[in-house]
Amino acid sequence: MSPPALSVRGLSKAFGALAVTRGVDLDLEPGARVGLIGPNGAGKTTLIHLLSGTLRADAGTIQLNGAAIERLRPEHRVRRGLARTHQINTLLPESNARDNVAVAIAERERLAWRAVWYRQRWAKCREEAQARLEAMDLGSDADRPVCELAYGQQRLLEIAIALALQPRVLLLDEPAAGVPSGEATVIHAALARLPSDMAILLIEHDMDLVFRFAREIVVLVQGSVLCRGTPEQTRADARVREAYLGTRA
Amino acid sequence: MIARLTPWLLALGFYFAFAEQLALGTNVLVMILLTLSLDLCLGRAGILTLGQSAFFGMGAYVAGIVALRVTEDPLIGLAVATLASAALGALTGALILHTEGAALLMLTLALSALLEEFANHATAWTGGADGLQGMKLAPLLGTFRFDLFKHTAYLYSLAVLLVWFLVTQIVIVSPFGRSIDGIRQSPARMRAIGTPVWWRRLCVYTLSAAMAGSAGALSAQTTRFVGLTTLSVLVSGTAVVMLVLGGTRRRYGAFLGAAVYVLVQDYAAQINPFHWMLIVGILLMLTVLFLEGGLASLPEALLRVRRRESKR
Repeated sequence: MSPPALSVRGLSKAFGALAVTRGVDLDLEPGARVGLIGPNGAGKTTLIHLLSGTLRADAGTIQLNGAAIERLRPEHRVRRGLARTHQINTLLPESNARDNVAVAIAERERLAWRAVWYRQRWAKCREEAQARLEAMDLGSDADRPVCELAYGQQRLLEIAIALALQPRVLLLDEPAAGVPSGEATVIHAALARLPSDMAILLIEHDMDLVFRFAREIVVLVQGSVLCRGTPEQTRADARVREAYLGTRA
Repeated sequence: MIARLTPWLLALGFYFAFAEQLALGTNVLVMILLTLSLDLCLGRAGILTLGQSAFFGMGAYVAGIVALRVTEDPLIGLAVATLASAALGALTGALILHTEGAALLMLTLALSALLEEFANHATAWTGGADGLQGMKLAPLLGTFRFDLFKHTAYLYSLAVLLVWFLVTQIVIVSPFGRSIDGIRQSPARMRAIGTPVWWRRLCVYTLSAAMAGSAGALSAQTTRFVGLTTLSVLVSGTAVVMLVLGGTRRRYGAFLGAAVYVLVQDYAAQINPFHWMLIVGILLMLTVLFLEGGLASLPEALLRVRRRESKR
């Protein structure tokens, strides 16, 4: 059997005396659609940071397609096929939308070192970028600087860039955060169209979105995994209600 | 097209129109090259530095030492000086480029101060506080003698500036240049798409150091003197002022800034040798307050004003 796309064992992180991530185990099969939920302060975003490498874990292992990546820098994890989106937009505000995607493609194609002899391949990068923008309904805004795009469009652009890296595992950190409800449906639609062989971990506060998108749900409470199961099981789980849904529903 | 060539045509025009001012003109060209090197580093890549003097001085001293001890051929001196500065850039950059912002600024400052102190003490090679004197240069390409009126020096500097200008233009529009621009805008974004930020920065820093080294070499060769002041932090500061005055990340921002700075300095110093800094300072303040993109953005700013007027 092929190894899981992402396999996490005993991942831990503490800031001083505060343990934010406590022995997290997590497996993502190729094509997985896993939703990660938990009350505020459960350590969801920290977990994303640990997986993507922007934070270094104190203990534990992370395997991507069977290869250990926990010691790699973020950019090397990306090249191995682990991409992420950011909770707060992290784009190139002065560049236009197409260039935002094209530089990512150039990086993927190992073209970004070139200062000469790049014309044809760079043109291809831009073509692909345009196609990817059109897939996200951003085609007509390709030439506009990112800082002029609506917030929802910027969120879509974040996803388009992550997809342009052709990752095997994609971490979506609250893709609909801060998006007005009118624009949120566009993001929901975009998530529904993600490639089916890509393993996806979705962190989201919007319960509707999580329960619609995810086939499996992991509940994180105070830094450790409380339970994992189908949306129905999670809804029915008394512990989850107590820890999380109970306070809301 | 004509507009793009204007600065070069002006530079050539200067050569014919102000034949007795070519020493000043050469100084302008050298300062343009130094400012251009800073624009690549500070403007394009967002690497905050006050250490450009280290590379400028390195280039100057190496060119001087080569001329005094090895060969009088100016091109060999220029090449060796450029490579030496690039090596210094790669070495120091590797040590300090993992930092950002104020920490990086302090490290570049410290490095250039260290180098200045080193040059001050290594008197056998650098002449210490007396500097390097008595340099002789063989004719350029074996034909063009470096004359007293700086005809050759001016055109030689202009040619070197043109080469570096073309190099930077090629780099800026390339995928490499775009990734550099991305790093300036958001290192976090670039890491998220797999960019080796440290390596990219190191490459630009090294290229910028090489350019500054060339500027230093030109300064040494055209004035036949290298002093400790070439390594002083004041050189770095002046380059920053010139860049901000002219406008960062603009094709001819460095040209405009350095030219205006040197010419104003020269003119104002003739009127009042003690207070010329005041005029430069006022000019800089006016630019920063009213022209965000520096003097190079003046045409656009005027156009904007006119459009607004016509709308009324």
